[in-house]
Formats: sequence, structure tokens, C-alpha cells
Amino acid sequence: MRWVRDPLLVVEGLTMRFGGLTAVRDLSFSVGRGDITALIGPNGAGKTTVFNCITGFYKPTSGLMALSTGGPVRLDEVAALASTGHRYKCVDDQIGADGVFLLERMPDFEIARRARVARTFQNIRLFSGMTVLENLIVAQHTPLMRASGWTIKGLFGAPQYRQAEAAAMKRARYWLEHIELTHRADDAAGSLPYGDQRRLEIARAMCTDPVLLCLDEPAAGLNPRESLELNTLLRTIRDHHATSILLIEHDMSVVMEISDHVVVLEYGLRISDGTPESVRNDPKVIAAYLGVDDDEVAQVEAEVGL
Amino acid sequence: MDTTDGGTPVSDGALPSPRFPIEDALRSAGLWALVTLGLCFPIVAFETLQDFSNRLTIEARPLLVLFAVAAVFAGRLGWLAVRYHGLPQLLPATRFELTPERKKQLPRIGLAALLIFPFFALLLTGQGGAVKWIDNFGVQILIYVMLAWGLNIVVGLAGLLDLGYVAFYAVGAYAYALIATYVIPATVPGLGPWAFWICLPIAGILAAFWGILLGFPVLRLRGDYLAIVTLAFGEIIRLVLINWVEVTNGNAGIRTPYITFFGLPFSSRTGETTFGDVFALPGSPAVHRSMFLYYTILALALLVAVATQRLRRLPIGRAWEAMREDEIACRSLGINTVNTKLTAFAIGAMFGGLAGAFFGARQGFVNPRSFEFMESATILAIVVLGGMGSLVGVAIAAVAVIGGIELLRELSFLKQIFGPEFDPGQYRMLIFGLAMVLMMIWRPRGLVGARQPTIALDGNAKAISASHVKEGHG
Repeated sequence: MRWVRDPLLVVEGLTMRFGGLTAVRDLSFSVGRGDITALIGPNGAGKTTVFNCITGFYKPTSGLMALSTGGPVRLDEVAALASTGHRYKCVDDQIGADGVFLLERMPDFEIARRARVARTFQNIRLFSGMTVLENLIVAQHTPLMRASGWTIKGLFGAPQYRQAEAAAMKRARYWLEHIELTHRADDAAGSLPYGDQRRLEIARAMCTDPVLLCLDEPAAGLNPRESLELNTLLRTIRDHHATSILLIEHDMSVVMEISDHVVVLEYGLRISDGTPESVRNDPKVIAAYLGVDDDEVAQVEAEVGL
Repeated sequence: MDTTDGGTPVSDGALPSPRFPIEDALRSAGLWALVTLGLCFPIVAFETLQDFSNRLTIEARPLLVLFAVAAVFAGRLGWLAVRYHGLPQLLPATRFELTPERKKQLPRIGLAALLIFPFFALLLTGQGGAVKWIDNFGVQILIYVMLAWGLNIVVGLAGLLDLGYVAFYAVGAYAYALIATYVIPATVPGLGPWAFWICLPIAGILAAFWGILLGFPVLRLRGDYLAIVTLAFGEIIRLVLINWVEVTNGNAGIRTPYITFFGLPFSSRTGETTFGDVFALPGSPAVHRSMFLYYTILALALLVAVATQRLRRLPIGRAWEAMREDEIACRSLGINTVNTKLTAFAIGAMFGGLAGAFFGARQGFVNPRSFEFMESATILAIVVLGGMGSLVGVAIAAVAVIGGIELLRELSFLKQIFGPEFDPGQYRMLIFGLAMVLMMIWRPRGLVGARQPTIALDGNAKAISASHVKEGHG
């Protein structure tokens, strides 16, 4: 129950309306530090909308999303910060420093840069005309930009920048080995097979050194062997890096196998929240996923308390 | 398709037919000739002339039509024969293979050629003809190389379609004209001889400032919308230059001080010591001046090339290219795309401004007529033709386009074929347009479509095929 004891991200009363359509309604959940949290639900339940709100690509209609990188999210601290009108509070105002971040107030690139939330996309978004290695180097833009003295020092080949680039190369090499793509490092990312592109997108997100990695259907389109490899990769990330994972997934073999915490959405509402075990046996979840026969509706409704 | 020794054609996939289908070929060529005849009828066949009493008369030009029809007929027939038989053996024997080592040497050979070009021209054409070759060809082409390299940052690297690039060229030229003609003589006349070198950085900074000014309103626009707004921006600058008569002198333009060699004039009517006197150089002042202009613009263009190469290997350059590939992914990685776009606009504009200041100093005169939309279109055509993002490709395209347009002025020998009435200059744009169409069929992604990676694991990365590289859409 780390998501209660030591929450990294707390989402409170998140609502997202598109005109007359309410995609997400008053959603609350938290993501535990060091957990793999799965966000599941039938198609159109609003999972990707939640992702887009967390990563700043959508501005939520209302709600609060607080992320704390120092210690657990404390609601009193968040309330104090919210009343000041600031977007975040962090040590020395440094990029990448620990602090508390109100994600609903921050623009997308700042969420990635300051709050250190990285993400992948349902339809892969690699820089297809750049090499695999370049994709991993672009992901380290923020530290490299600082080392290049906002380009000026870099133009004259400052040693500081060369060191930073060597460090970026080292990190890129590390991830290349982990996703087993070292032999294709200098090939165009667009020329890789689908499964490799999926792994590369995860590695690219990891190169930003995130505290929270949001994966939108990482197993979509993978064969069973590739799914298994993905499980191993995600476990490695959780166990060996200070990165918590939030993922949207339809592949139950992935969800039940690796997640520590599952949140179930249906029609924008949270219908279940707990360990994989408890969610699997939740009648509401079973009803949502499998549907029920007509003559059992009354019985099931009574069971789930509708 | 390749040919065996016996000359029997072997095409991929299809079975070789026993002989060249001459009737089909003749029919096809005849059809092409007929279409040409139809097209020629209204455009080429008649010419309107004014006779001595100023009346409009129509004169038929049957010979010209006949020539065009015959040329198309023969061309089509020849093309079919080549396609069927393959090219005769002479081509494979002399084929030049562009190995990676040779490719690496290419920029160095090009640079050496550029450095010796003025002396080569002087040697071949003598004092009289050299000015034309150095100034009209060399300097003119290099100005466009520099402009195209500058635009390449915005269009080729950052993927932002800019149809109003000439505006920054104008800003640079007018910055030089106004400061060198009015501001410096009025405030510190002693600096007069240095006017060009003082104005150069100022023109660059001013143009960069205007680049950012253009960048802000168009940040949210993509594709066609961006292109239209940038086009409008270019026209606004030009219209302001025409109508703000008190400052710019409108269409009459501004006469600017001639460029000097760091204070030493190249020619003098009042008997001052000139550049030629001091260095005891032979030859006319015009040659000295054009050589100085040539090496100045060469240095400026190389500055753009070196800066571009360096920027590509820096985070800012990689962010430009990443933005061209996928803007949303960029934002998800913490890249501020607003700043990234603005820097691309600013740096591209700055190089345009530097070229503009040089243009002002070279012409000795600026007026708004030099900054029409056609200039933007030509620069963009060079970038697209060269292959977006490739410095070598863009440079070759500039030589081909600008050099080609200039060379087409030289076709006076055609007068011997078509009679003294024939003016080849009128066909310049037609031939140029045709060449562009053929180029785009032959190489749709430009001369050098492949992209060179900016960093590699094993030192020697291969180029990325154009099919993976995106063109950008915003």
C-alpha cells in the first residue's frame, strides 16, 4: 500500500470536459513511489485523457495533480503552495531539483523538465529521421543545453560541453544495451521494427532521468515474446532506477504480472482501485470488462450496490 | 535495366522482346509532337509587333514551331530508344563512383575551387572579362548560397516553411544603407570608411530581432498557414520600404557609400590613394573591387556554413531537427518548442541580414525592387532543390539555379540559328522552369536528400535515407 504511505503523485477530483462530453469525472487516485501503477479500463474510459492531463498536453477543467519528488506528497504543503499562486516549489529554484509541483498549472515541457515526468505515446512518436543514438541524445536536451551555455559556449567547443556530451553518450550507451539495440545505434529510428521502436521510445523517455514514467499502451502490437521482454525491462526500471511507472495497458498478462497497484476506469469514473489481486476479483471490474447477461443484471447490480 | 555484351536488352521482370518496337515508338513520338504543335500554336507561332506607323501586326513564325515540334519528336524517340536499349557502352566505362572517401573530399575540393576561382577567371578572360565572371557570377551566386544556407536553418533543419525570407535580406540591406549613408556621417564621420564593418553586425542583430518579431505571431501556425503569414510579412516589409518615403526614400531608393578596403577606396576621382596604389597591384580598380567583394562574401558564406555545422552538433540544432521530426515528442522530453522556434527564426534571419548588408554595400544602391517575393521564391527553390538540410546540396543548387539563370543570358549564339530577331533572354524562365520540373521528377527530395547524423557510436555513421526524414509541417 505504498500509494497510501508514500505517494509520489496525488490526483484529486480531476475532471476533463470537451464541450458537452465529460471524458474524466472527479477522478482521484495516487501513484506510489517505486510502484508500477496500471491504469486500465475498456476503450473510451478516459485513460489517455488522464495521461494527457498529467503530462500537461491537456489543461484539466478542474482538479488537482500534485507531484512531490523529495518525500511523500503532503496535502497541507500542497494547499499552502496552491494558495500562493506559484506553479511549483523546489530547492533553489533549480531545474531538476526536488520539490512539489502542481502539474495542472504547468505547461507540458516544464512538466517534463522540472517535475521530471516522462511519457511515451500510444502511436509511437520517435524522431524517425534521426538515428537511434540521436533520439537518446535529444532526450538529454536540458542538461546538455545548460552545459553548452545556452549554445554560446558550445559554439566555441568549451570543454564543459564536451564532458557533458560524453556523459550523455554514456547514458545513451547504457540504455542501448538495456534495450539490446547497440548494434543499430547509428540507424534511422524509423527503420527499426515495431517492437524495437516501442523499446526505444521507453529508453528515450528514461534518458530524461524521470521520477515518473508514463507509458501509454507499451505492449500494444507486441508478440508474446516481446511482451515478456517488456515486462523484464519495466521491472528493471522499477528495481534499479528511482523511477516509478504509471502505465495504460490492455494486455492483462502484462498488467497482472508486473503491477503493484491497479486503478480501473469506466466512462471517466474510477470503479476500482487496489492490488492486482483485489481488482481481479472485483465484481464491478468483471462486469465492466465482460459485461453480464440480461437476466443477471438485477443480481449483479444488487451485488455491486447500484 | 542493364545490357549484356551482345546488346540484347534485359529489363527487370519483363521478358525481352525481339526487336525495338519502332512503330509504337514512332506513334508515341508523333503524339508528343502533335501536342507540342497544339501548345505552340497560340504561344510560339505568332508574334505581335508594332510596325512603323505604330500599328499592331501579327507575324507568323513557322520555322520556330517546326523546330520545337521536331525537337520534341526526336527527343521522345531518343528517350524511348535509350530506355529500351539502355545507354550505349560509353557511359559505364567512364562512370565516376562517389565512394565515401571521395564524398568526404568533396567540400574540400569545392572550397579550393572557390578560393582560386577569381584568379582562374582573371587568367582566362583577362582584365576586361574578369569583372563579369567574378562579380556577376561569383559574388551573385555566393550571395544566394549564403541566403539559402541561412534559410536552410529555418526550413531545412527546423522544418518551418518561410516564404518571406527576403524581408530579413531587406532589413540587412536597409540597415547598412541608412546607417552608412545618414547615421555615421551625421554622428561620427571619422568612422565613414569602416561603415560596412560596423553595419555588418548591426544588420545581423536587427534582422535577428525582426526574425523574433515574426516568430511570435506565427508560433501556433503550421504548414500552409505559416507559409501564408510569412509571405505576408515579407510583403509588409517591402510595402513599408516603398511607402515610408521620409526614411527610405521610397521607390527611388538610397545611394550607399561604395565599399572600401578597410578605409582604402578601390577607385578615386579626387586622387586619393587607392587600394591598387598602396599594394602596387596591376590591373583595374574594378577587378580589385570585385575580388575584394568576392572574398568578403565567401568568408561570410563560410561563416554561415561553419556555424550551421556547429549548431547541428549542439543541443539547439538537434532540437531543431527533432522539432521537424515530431514537435509533440519534443515537448514530452522537456524541450521548450517556443524558444526553439524563435532561435531558428532569429539565427536564420541574422544570416539573411548579414547577406543583406553585403548586398547594400556591393550595389552602392538599394531600393525595394530588389526585395520582391520572387527573391524569396528563388531562395526557397534553391533550398528545396538542394535537399533540405544539406549544405553541399544547397550550394550546388545555388550554383545551378543562379549560375544557370545568368548563363541563359549568354545564349546569343542562338541568334545565328533563329535570326537576329530571336531573343534568348525571353526563354530564360521557361527553360529554368522546365529544368526545375525535371529535377523534381528525377530527385523529389532534392540533390542531396539523405541526412547526415550529428553523432555516432562508431565514428563513421552512414547517411540516413530521405524516406525516413520528415519535411516538417509547422
